[in-house]
Amino acid sequence: MDILLSSFAILARWDVLAALLVGSAGGVVIGAIPGVGPAVAIAILLPATFSLDPIVGLTALLGIYGSSMYGGAIPAILINTPGTAVNALTTYEGTPMTKRGEARRALSLAYSASFFGGVFSVICLIALSPVLAWIAPMFGSREIFLAALLGIVLVVLAHRGQIMAAGMLACLGIFLNTIGLEPIQYSQRYTFGQSWLSGGIDLIVVVLGLFALSQAFVLLVEPDKRSHIDALRGGFFSGFKELALYKRVATVASGFGVMMGMIPGVGEFTAQFMSYTYAQKTSRTPEMFGRGSPEGLVASEASNNAVPAAAMIPLLALGIPGEALTAMMLSVFYVHNVVPGPGLFQNQMDFVVALYLALLILNVLVLVFLLFSTNTLLRVIEIPTRFLGIAVLTLSFVGVYSLRNSAVDCAVAGAFGIFGFILKRLNLPIVPIILGMVLGGIMEAKLRTSMMRVKTPFDFIDRPIAFILFLIIVLVVASHFRGVWRAWRSDKGKSR
Amino acid sequence: MKQQARPFQPGSMLFAAAFLIGSLILLSQLGAETKFSAKGQMFAQPRFWPAVGVIGMVVFGAAYLAETYRRRVPTSGVEPLIWLRAVEYFVWFMAYVIAVPIIGYLAASICFTVLLALRLGYRSARHLGLAAGVGIAVVLVFKTGLSVKIPGGAVYEYLPDALRNVMIVNF
Repeated sequence: MDILLSSFAILARWDVLAALLVGSAGGVVIGAIPGVGPAVAIAILLPATFSLDPIVGLTALLGIYGSSMYGGAIPAILINTPGTAVNALTTYEGTPMTKRGEARRALSLAYSASFFGGVFSVICLIALSPVLAWIAPMFGSREIFLAALLGIVLVVLAHRGQIMAAGMLACLGIFLNTIGLEPIQYSQRYTFGQSWLSGGIDLIVVVLGLFALSQAFVLLVEPDKRSHIDALRGGFFSGFKELALYKRVATVASGFGVMMGMIPGVGEFTAQFMSYTYAQKTSRTPEMFGRGSPEGLVASEASNNAVPAAAMIPLLALGIPGEALTAMMLSVFYVHNVVPGPGLFQNQMDFVVALYLALLILNVLVLVFLLFSTNTLLRVIEIPTRFLGIAVLTLSFVGVYSLRNSAVDCAVAGAFGIFGFILKRLNLPIVPIILGMVLGGIMEAKLRTSMMRVKTPFDFIDRPIAFILFLIIVLVVASHFRGVWRAWRSDKGKSR
Repeated sequence: MKQQARPFQPGSMLFAAAFLIGSLILLSQLGAETKFSAKGQMFAQPRFWPAVGVIGMVVFGAAYLAETYRRRVPTSGVEPLIWLRAVEYFVWFMAYVIAVPIIGYLAASICFTVLLALRLGYRSARHLGLAAGVGIAVVLVFKTGLSVKIPGGAVYEYLPDALRNVMIVNF
């Protein structure tokens, strides 16, 4: 009870509430604009939040993260273009519903499913907090090393059909993190005698280049896309009544979202895919999936909105970000000397609960905002994409230049922007680079610390959690190779 | 429903080859650009993690190149030209970066957004006005409102004292 009261005290400040309001409304607007997305917005805003209190900066960024998927459902349903990448499955059901003249029903259902997923995940996390506070201290250096290694393995294997590309990009991230002055023996690594490389390559510069500048280049180079949407008539409240018909799907989908969000490197896509498949397999009308099934829409939206809160678990409990957006948030912690990890749960539980409460309030704010402003938001979708590119490029400058007022940083970010542009053109993933950089740094530090106390390789996994993590890594890799072998045999059988 | 793998795009092979060549160059520099001290564990060597990264890049890069070759991904002469088109906007961005400390954040932002809008074919007064509005809004939100660290322009030195201070602090 004391913790809860203390958490409310942390939140009961005008600047925190303003950050929540701006973050949630801003996130919805950003999510509703196809081609921008939360990663771009968070990357741009990141340096601006460094001058704010950690709780203010984090609630603003969490607001954008948690609310963008609500907004992303609008273009996914109305113009068959997902506002954020994770709204892709929503288009499968939302667009056919719009074609049937049920756009308002689809949006209303998407909002209520998103709200359910968001609130469900926060409640789960608040309930899980005591367990996390109990488990987190059991994570020493070797357990954190193994958890980071698991994150890298999962982020590579999660990119089906692109595992080699994801692997090479994750290794690029690991390599980028090593450039500059090495912290133990103070030797230079891959600086080629260049003083500007001695400090290393800043994660935020890379993030801004790969997410914001690359997206600006995509918007500017590709032909203008303009959309026109007629205003929708009627309210959006009916979705809650209809959601009650699909409560099983919504609950299971939110559960998948929480589980997948907690596992580093997995995230929304897998949660959404599993929920959608589950909903289809257990539906009385599976033939309706892909033709405007409300169940499919509920599964997709409930699961992806349950992920953001859950994704904060590995970040807060272990200091390990599970995906790019939480990796960006990690830098906010570091800038303010707040070290996420087991100590945070032991010593600053009120701060952790305050973040969860902020997420809860955020979901309510977003829902209210959407119920009354959807028609206004439709105008945002109509902004020509190249014009949007100008805005993103102008905003990217603030993000990079305000870090150190360095033109070199801008040039480096621009170079990564071009690299990210090429990756996007080739449909290759960007996230492995960022996670490689962040998790590579964690692995380097933790392996060095843990190996000091290890005499034989088996000592490394002689503690229960270390052993379990090691076993999971072995099982994940083995199950991947088993799948590859079976696919190879099946292909061989077909060719005969 | 099966989770679909994304198809390989034209240009993948060129990218894979360029990535592998770059990785091999970095690998060739591993000895010169990192230190290996005789004492100390292998895992604690300054060379260990750069080696993990670079060797991983070479191994996965080679496998990715082989994959694009095996799947007969079509080569395209057009795709690299599209990549080069991004360079133009990189140059625009760098021009903006250079202009800010000279003419000031506000003037540079307005010039940048309006000129880029003209370059992209937006000619109407409405669009140009909106572009200028974007430039002004960004400055007002970030520099005036959030006080992010962006230095005043060199031209501000020629302004009267009172106005110069206002410009340096807010614009």
